[in-house]
Amino acid sequence: MRIDFHAILPELVLAGTALLVLVVDLFVERAKVVANYLALAGTIAAGVALASLAPGGTRTTFGGSFVVDDYALLFKALFLGSLLLVLLMSNRYINAGTYYQGEFYFLILSSFVGMLLMPSSRDLLMLFLSLEIVSATGFIAAGFRKGDARSNEGALKFLLIGVLSTAVMLFGMSLVYGFTGSLKLSEIATRLDQVGGEPAMVMAVFLVITGFAFKVSAAPFHFWAPDTYEGSPVPVAAYLSVASKAAGFAGLLQVTFVAFPGYARYWAPAFAVLAALTMLIGNVIALAQTNMVRLLAYSSVAQAGYMLVPFAVGSAPNADRNRAFQAVLVYLLYYGVTNLGAFAVVTLISQRQPANLLSDYDGLGRRSASLGIAMTLFLLSLAGWPPFAGWYAKFVVFQAALSAGQTSVTILAVFMAVMTVVAFFYYLSICGRIWFAQPPQDAPAGAPAASPLTGLAIGLATAGVVVLGILPGLLVQYAPTASLVAIGR
Amino acid sequence: MDWFDDSALTWAVFVPLAGAVVLALLPAAADRMARVAGVVVTFLALLAGIGMLARFDLHAGRAMQFEVNRPWIETIGTRYHLGVDGIALPLLVLSLLLCFLCSLYSLRFLPEGGSAKAFLALMLVLEAGMNGTFVALDLILFFVFWELVLIPMFFLIAIWGGRQRRYAAIKFLLYTLIGSVVMLLGFLALWYRSAPDPAGRTFDLLALQQVGTGRFGGTFGVLVFAAVGLGFAVKVPVWPFHTWLPDAHTEAPTVGSVLLAGVLLKMGTYGFVRIALPVLPDAARWWAPTIGVLGAIAIIYGSLCCLAQQDLKRLIAFSSVGHMGFVMLGIATLTPVGINAAVFAMVAHGVITGMLFFLVGSVHERYHTREIAEIGGGMATTLPHLAGILTLASIASLGLPGLAGFWGEVLALLAAWNPAAGLPVPLFRTLAVAGGIGTLLTAGYLLWMLKRVNLGEVPERWSGWQFGQGDVMPVEHAAWTPLVLLIVVLGVAPGILLGATNPAVTGWFTDLFT
Repeated sequence: MRIDFHAILPELVLAGTALLVLVVDLFVERAKVVANYLALAGTIAAGVALASLAPGGTRTTFGGSFVVDDYALLFKALFLGSLLLVLLMSNRYINAGTYYQGEFYFLILSSFVGMLLMPSSRDLLMLFLSLEIVSATGFIAAGFRKGDARSNEGALKFLLIGVLSTAVMLFGMSLVYGFTGSLKLSEIATRLDQVGGEPAMVMAVFLVITGFAFKVSAAPFHFWAPDTYEGSPVPVAAYLSVASKAAGFAGLLQVTFVAFPGYARYWAPAFAVLAALTMLIGNVIALAQTNMVRLLAYSSVAQAGYMLVPFAVGSAPNADRNRAFQAVLVYLLYYGVTNLGAFAVVTLISQRQPANLLSDYDGLGRRSASLGIAMTLFLLSLAGWPPFAGWYAKFVVFQAALSAGQTSVTILAVFMAVMTVVAFFYYLSICGRIWFAQPPQDAPAGAPAASPLTGLAIGLATAGVVVLGILPGLLVQYAPTASLVAIGR
Repeated sequence: MDWFDDSALTWAVFVPLAGAVVLALLPAAADRMARVAGVVVTFLALLAGIGMLARFDLHAGRAMQFEVNRPWIETIGTRYHLGVDGIALPLLVLSLLLCFLCSLYSLRFLPEGGSAKAFLALMLVLEAGMNGTFVALDLILFFVFWELVLIPMFFLIAIWGGRQRRYAAIKFLLYTLIGSVVMLLGFLALWYRSAPDPAGRTFDLLALQQVGTGRFGGTFGVLVFAAVGLGFAVKVPVWPFHTWLPDAHTEAPTVGSVLLAGVLLKMGTYGFVRIALPVLPDAARWWAPTIGVLGAIAIIYGSLCCLAQQDLKRLIAFSSVGHMGFVMLGIATLTPVGINAAVFAMVAHGVITGMLFFLVGSVHERYHTREIAEIGGGMATTLPHLAGILTLASIASLGLPGLAGFWGEVLALLAAWNPAAGLPVPLFRTLAVAGGIGTLLTAGYLLWMLKRVNLGEVPERWSGWQFGQGDVMPVEHAAWTPLVLLIVVLGVAPGILLGATNPAVTGWFTDLFT
């Protein structure tokens, strides 16, 4: 079998960088931060490799289990973009803490290798492998603040629930293989009809979906998220809430829309329930939070709920399913930029005020207007206020839900509308703190000394949030082709 | 002058937005510079409005003028489509004018709480949103501008407001948000039904109106009208969705109240006239009696509440509920007369109530209280000019013939007496009678208020009080004179405004509802 090395070049570059970082770290005594710069260089190189794949059309290798099409490219671009921002915000944060920098960047890069593999995976085995690469490295990265009991607890929770759900998913996959005799997603899709409504097969499908539901922290599989985010180094929390979640959604899109479309009559209603529950729990619990990272964790649970809404359209005719598929993609992109920006600000603030309390943000606008403005923009974008990026994401989800014309999904959309209003409440209460509250007596005066790279991350995200909000067409034009290709396969 | 026709609306919307960015970039210490910049920016925007007034074609009927139509987000088929007709232009100019006068007023009076540049930058964002709402001809663009208004208003109330500001700001925000999110769902439903083929679906208002009653009829239309109408009704506010209004108005800083009453409320009624009625005429006919009843309740209820108010500002706030009730009643008749009346009453209310909120702000500046009982009368003796202008604005508000408040209300009552064909005549005539009683109550509470504030002896407690800067100051004169002139001119020569609205109203609605 000939391997198309060009097709896997971005993954190769990133994996090579990961190893290089580990080795170089061994031989550098003082300036361990060089690992960060190496990782950044590797990311950019991987980005160039990715760009070189863009004009080539669809590529297939490893006997069809690895495909590079527009859909995969779009996701990979999202992942590399997230990696870039995560590395930028890690720069001084990780250097200042008592972290083993070489190992840290090795883990982060490895995890992203898994993510890059995910959207290209077109059989269950590849999906499983990429998910495990993402998760296993994530477990360790989450526990990287070794001295902190909360970090240990969070990482352990993450590990236990993660392993449990992996086991469940693996069991489901084996059942699917047993019934259909294939691991290839497209072949499974064609053989589903012969299997019919076999109850054990239906169960198997749900087991697989459960595994991914854990990854995207959908309620009731979300319990790990707040504890893990809180315990992790802040850049890791950023990566868990955006990139790792997006990887989960990539897998979810592939299994539901590509492998199991024939069973949409079973899973689509289940997703409606899952979405409603996730939105409800995420938003309502977020209202009561006093810790910034925990609040963002619950907010990201709620955001996952919005992204699950289009899945409820799964049993609709093709055009509507297409729209739903794109809605998830668009939402992920827009949410990713916004949430990474918010976490970049949190990273900066937590260098001075490591407790990450909401009250740390009191009067931020007066201490540092630029940070205050940036954070306000990110929060408003998360809330979905036009003209910042988030509004368009919510809009396409509403559009996808309503255009199916199914009563149950319409009700779900109305529920989502109510939930966005609830969400406004807590996002705006932080904006309120930033601008109205008196800074606490012991608050550090002035802005935290931003690493220029973290400042760059915030600047990039701010520009993204504003530009994408006013001209959403810039990115969205790639989504339709991406979606069509993936569904046809 | 083609360049002007093509760019005037974009100018009116984006000059304030650009101005907001410029103000935000000014150094925090440049207080004076920020205030002057606010005046300059709002004046530049107003110039666009004046130019449009000069070049507006009164005989164009329902045709949109100064139209701009460019692609915006192609993947969802939404376009940057702006345009004005005789219904939208008066409201746009009202918004431009009030914002300019507010920034003039802010040269001297700015509430405590934050920096001048932040206040003015937020006000300019607010202006951009309001102007955009009145000129957008694409539902999504409309929605974006509609939402753009919320956050600056929220911050204006929450930072610069009175004692209960947080509560009032959050109440305002949550109410309007619920309404607007449901409204967005309604817009999406319209889009979905606009064509069977996804490629042909549209958010364009003019195109949706052409789709007509066929696709938007029946239960679908009734439900969508409810969804879209809820968003508008909260904003108006229609009774029983009005409870945010007294709090928001009372707590907002003067400039915030002026814009809230003068322009923001009109966005709701404008939404009914521009979107709900033309696109969903059948559903409008279905809902018209309900809207009419709610409008009449608002008239009576608003005036009764006014009679019970102790606080001058809260009194004016509740009077808005009543006045907007007349607007809704006019709209509910579905006749050209009623809708003309509604547009007229919108503009008149914007001018008069904007004026009244300015006055209340200035009274508070001088007395440091708004309690009517504490002011205790005698303002005509102590501050004769202020008292005089307050009298004029109040009697205009109660609908004295010859002043601006008269025409909108009397035409609305007239229209309610003869509603459109198919509407229950006895019901509407009852509503007209109720509205008539409402005008009496309105006269009652306003005259009683004037008696308690202006007339009588100066109470003991004010002897030796300095009353701040004394009687009306030059900057107040500058900010108020245009409004006073408008109150008189619109009252004496209503044809100026009706001449603009009538061709558009008849063009849009005569065929739909007869």
